[in-house]
Amino acid sequence: MDPIEHLFRRESGRMVASVTRIFGVHNLALAEDVVQDAFCRALEVWKVRGVPENPSAWLMATAKHRALDVLRRERTGRTFAPELSRLIESEWTIASTVKEAFSPEAIKDDQLRMMFSCCHPRLREEVQVALILHILCGFSVDEIASAFLSGHAMIEKRVTRGKKVLASSKKLFDLASDDFSARLSAVHRALYLLFNEGYHGASPESAVRGELCQEAIRLTRMLLEHPFGATPASYALTALMCLHAARLPARTDAAGDLLSLFDQDRSRWDRGLADEGCCMLELAATGPVLSDYHVEAMIAAIHTRAPNTEDTDWAGIVHLYDVLMTLRPSPVVALNRAIAIAQLEGGESGLKAIGAIADPHRLAAYPFYWAALGELALRQGDRQNARGHFRAALVRARNPMERRFLEQRIEACENGSGAPRVSFPRS
Amino acid sequence: MNEFVFLYRGGERPKSPGESQQVMQKWLAWFKELADQGHVVDRGQPLERDGGKVVGPGKSVTDGPFAEVKDLVGGYTLVKASDVSQAAEFAKGCPILERGGLVEIRPVMRLDM
Repeated sequence: MDPIEHLFRRESGRMVASVTRIFGVHNLALAEDVVQDAFCRALEVWKVRGVPENPSAWLMATAKHRALDVLRRERTGRTFAPELSRLIESEWTIASTVKEAFSPEAIKDDQLRMMFSCCHPRLREEVQVALILHILCGFSVDEIASAFLSGHAMIEKRVTRGKKVLASSKKLFDLASDDFSARLSAVHRALYLLFNEGYHGASPESAVRGELCQEAIRLTRMLLEHPFGATPASYALTALMCLHAARLPARTDAAGDLLSLFDQDRSRWDRGLADEGCCMLELAATGPVLSDYHVEAMIAAIHTRAPNTEDTDWAGIVHLYDVLMTLRPSPVVALNRAIAIAQLEGGESGLKAIGAIADPHRLAAYPFYWAALGELALRQGDRQNARGHFRAALVRARNPMERRFLEQRIEACENGSGAPRVSFPRS
Repeated sequence: MNEFVFLYRGGERPKSPGESQQVMQKWLAWFKELADQGHVVDRGQPLERDGGKVVGPGKSVTDGPFAEVKDLVGGYTLVKASDVSQAAEFAKGCPILERGGLVEIRPVMRLDM
């Protein structure tokens, strides 16, 4: 990969976090201006002189100088970070204070502080995710909108609302605070959602969504680098993301069509990521707490280790879904469990398990609920019913890839071709 | 071969990291093509947008005659081309044009003694 690909976006998060630390979170907008200004300066120089050997250091140094300029120019008329105000006021300490704030260790902490601040309890989860993407991943509102397949106006509203709440909090989240573990759970959740958003929509037409998975993994790994952040649940979440991301290259065929787990060419799975996932899962296996991320990662690990769907440990998977149902019961988890039961015991048991889902109406809008019913009907040779279910799934499809996938299943019902299979929501 | 100076005037600045990335990649690609074909004599230098002064009649020092940002020269490059029309062809690929800026091409005066 080109070393400077996504350079500005990547650096943006680090730079904004560090400048905000000095300016105070109420001056977030000013910090963003300083960073964008540093980018423009870099651009002016690099476009004719070429990119320097260490562009990250160059950018960070430029942001540091700009920040110092702004502090000197505005320190009489504006309040900056309250905890640093004395040090900024004095010409004796201002330069060393800024220098310290830009040291590699401080920068890492600042990014983490910013990540935790973005997951403010007053913000809805989708706002938290948009804010993380905007501030820490350097995505513009338009880029987020295209990644989320939603409108510019809606994302802009989320980002603006998020920034307002962020700016109204007195300072960035304190990593030594008592709220740390509660906030860490919120951070896990937001990163999990970010990953999911990318995973479900990753397709050739929307390359930006695949980047969401990469960003989620990058930020989760960042948690592991901090002594407080490296909890078993953080390792489990990293494992889960790596194991799923390992399957991304095989999720679509040459034509860009979605392939279910049953039809994927397993030789195209990313073995490096899969191994990292398994290694992370081992590191996660400490401490008294079994999080839902642990269980989901263990399920993903079983799939990754299996040579094909027939030789998959379905009994183990059903057991893990049972555990997941006690930790985080949801109709989607129940549906996945039913599909695993169908693999283990046959279609009839699968249908029975689907029928037993407590609140099926919550699944009505979920295309893979209908697709699972369709696959099980098809497996029993009931083409008529299968087609009806796939049609119901089709009208609920969320993107062109899902739509094409379901159209092909309908076709399979009509002309009798295509081996019966069970489609997985998270294949 | 004759030498020409490209003066880069104006051009809207990018507003997001992603946009900055795109602009930079376009410039690098354009510049590389020019340099690979041996047309760059001197890469030149970027110029600061503010802080410039103009010394006028009566040795008065002012902040410059630049009424608008679009007139500002942001940098220059010295290129080699067979004639001004070839130099103009090169300049047509300059990414500054996509952002409302322009390239002024000036032949360097030849001093054939």
